[in-house]
Amino acid sequence: MSIKGKAYIAGVYEHPTRKAVGIPIAQIHAEVAKGALEDAGLSLRDVDGYFCAGDAPGLGGLSLADYLGLDVRHVDSTETGGSSYIVHVNHAAQAIAAGKCKVALITLAGKPRSGGAQPGRAPMSTRPPDAPFESPFHPSVLNVYAMCAQRHMYEYGTTSEQLAWIKVAASEHAQHNPHAMLRKVVSVEDVVTSPLVADPLHRLDCCIISDGGGALVVVAPEIAAQLKRPKVRILGAGEAIKHMRGGEVDLTYSAGIWSAAKAFEEASVDRQDIKYASLYDSFTITVLMQIEDIGFCEKGRGGAFVAEGNLISGVGKLPFNTDGGGLCNNHPGNRGGMTKVIEAVRQLRGEAHPAVQVKNCDIALAHGTGGLLGTRHGSATLIMERT
Amino acid sequence: MAEQSESTSADVALEPYWAAAREGKLFLKHCRDCGKTHYYPRPICPFCMSENTKWLTASGAGMIYSWSVERRAAEPYAIAFVTLPEGPTIMTALVDIDLDKIAIGQAVQLGFETRDEQPVPVFRPA
Repeated sequence: MSIKGKAYIAGVYEHPTRKAVGIPIAQIHAEVAKGALEDAGLSLRDVDGYFCAGDAPGLGGLSLADYLGLDVRHVDSTETGGSSYIVHVNHAAQAIAAGKCKVALITLAGKPRSGGAQPGRAPMSTRPPDAPFESPFHPSVLNVYAMCAQRHMYEYGTTSEQLAWIKVAASEHAQHNPHAMLRKVVSVEDVVTSPLVADPLHRLDCCIISDGGGALVVVAPEIAAQLKRPKVRILGAGEAIKHMRGGEVDLTYSAGIWSAAKAFEEASVDRQDIKYASLYDSFTITVLMQIEDIGFCEKGRGGAFVAEGNLISGVGKLPFNTDGGGLCNNHPGNRGGMTKVIEAVRQLRGEAHPAVQVKNCDIALAHGTGGLLGTRHGSATLIMERT
Repeated sequence: MAEQSESTSADVALEPYWAAAREGKLFLKHCRDCGKTHYYPRPICPFCMSENTKWLTASGAGMIYSWSVERRAAEPYAIAFVTLPEGPTIMTALVDIDLDKIAIGQAVQLGFETRDEQPVPVFRPA
């Protein structure tokens, strides 16, 4: 069953907070839910499907459905780390196409900055089977992504300077976002001379740690037709996971090669049709590998592709993360998939900041990598169009 | 700590693995049906779902596939993926190594260290 044209993103909301002292996670979920429904022109009573991931406190969606007062007939709590919310848009569109619901609400909230989860670490309720064979070596989010970068440099000659261009582009965009945590424009020099945190990644190769949240409302075509906001139609989506494969480790590619192929096939569009891309930016290497895996350039050519400002809106061929992304703006709950969809919708609506709004932005992509790129992760690709 | 040793000792299928580790041997799992070797070890082969698996002692040789040094740690440490001649590439630690002179392709040799009250496989320059 294809989801092409079967659902629309009608409402989006990004919480303005970056430090939520004294505000519980459930309350942030409620505030973003309210924000996205108001943006869509819908109310609590219209919601009949609810989607949340591992950041939701309690048992799946049950505790939050209770807290929010949702009366829903479809619940999905698929967990693929930070890419979960892009997966949820796909699942919401599938549920809508199958007649399971008509108005799907997706929420995210997290507070790694002010307390709760440890920075950069997702909550784990039970010890996974890999733990005795990995945890003694202290894998961290930093060093596991760093090993991907290390191998990429070895195989393809990618340089720290090329990776730095990704941060430079994000900072060029973030200067226009009043909510962004880092608004200072940085140079390639700034990035490569910032402290080495996990070879070969420098401090400025890393995303920020912030509190916050976001929400999306995905609706059936007949609902979208009644709403006043600009219409963003879902064209195609794909999701895939990749893990250690019993020891057949290959750090040079992500599951994005599979999720993107599926999404482009379903959407029936080409890579060059994408006017704007939201790309998960936990680290600069994440962006670079995704660009290759999505097929914006050949495998191994990502370094050359991102250099010289090619990701800067109004300058380069592939404007990305015009809100400043996780590298500069916001990475609520260490889960960046939600804000990736939100900024893509802003671009398609023509509601991005004028300084970074892509002209004639009719087709956009949002792509996420959740979990740990170097061990086990879930990729999700979403292609949307303005109608 | 207590919770960790409890959860590993409760895994009967892994008891030979830990017993071998205490003797300085790294056990991999080899599938008699599909002929592939996997790690970390499972009773059921992740390549073909066969239960006809046996323990295979690693030779102890290895080559660095990728690595990083966690510089922010109180005591910086090296983590790596090391490819074994038996097939699997495994996550491990690099020890007794100059943190500024680690290279992909470098030959390394197996050893054991006790971490979290368990003997775990680590590698040092060959």
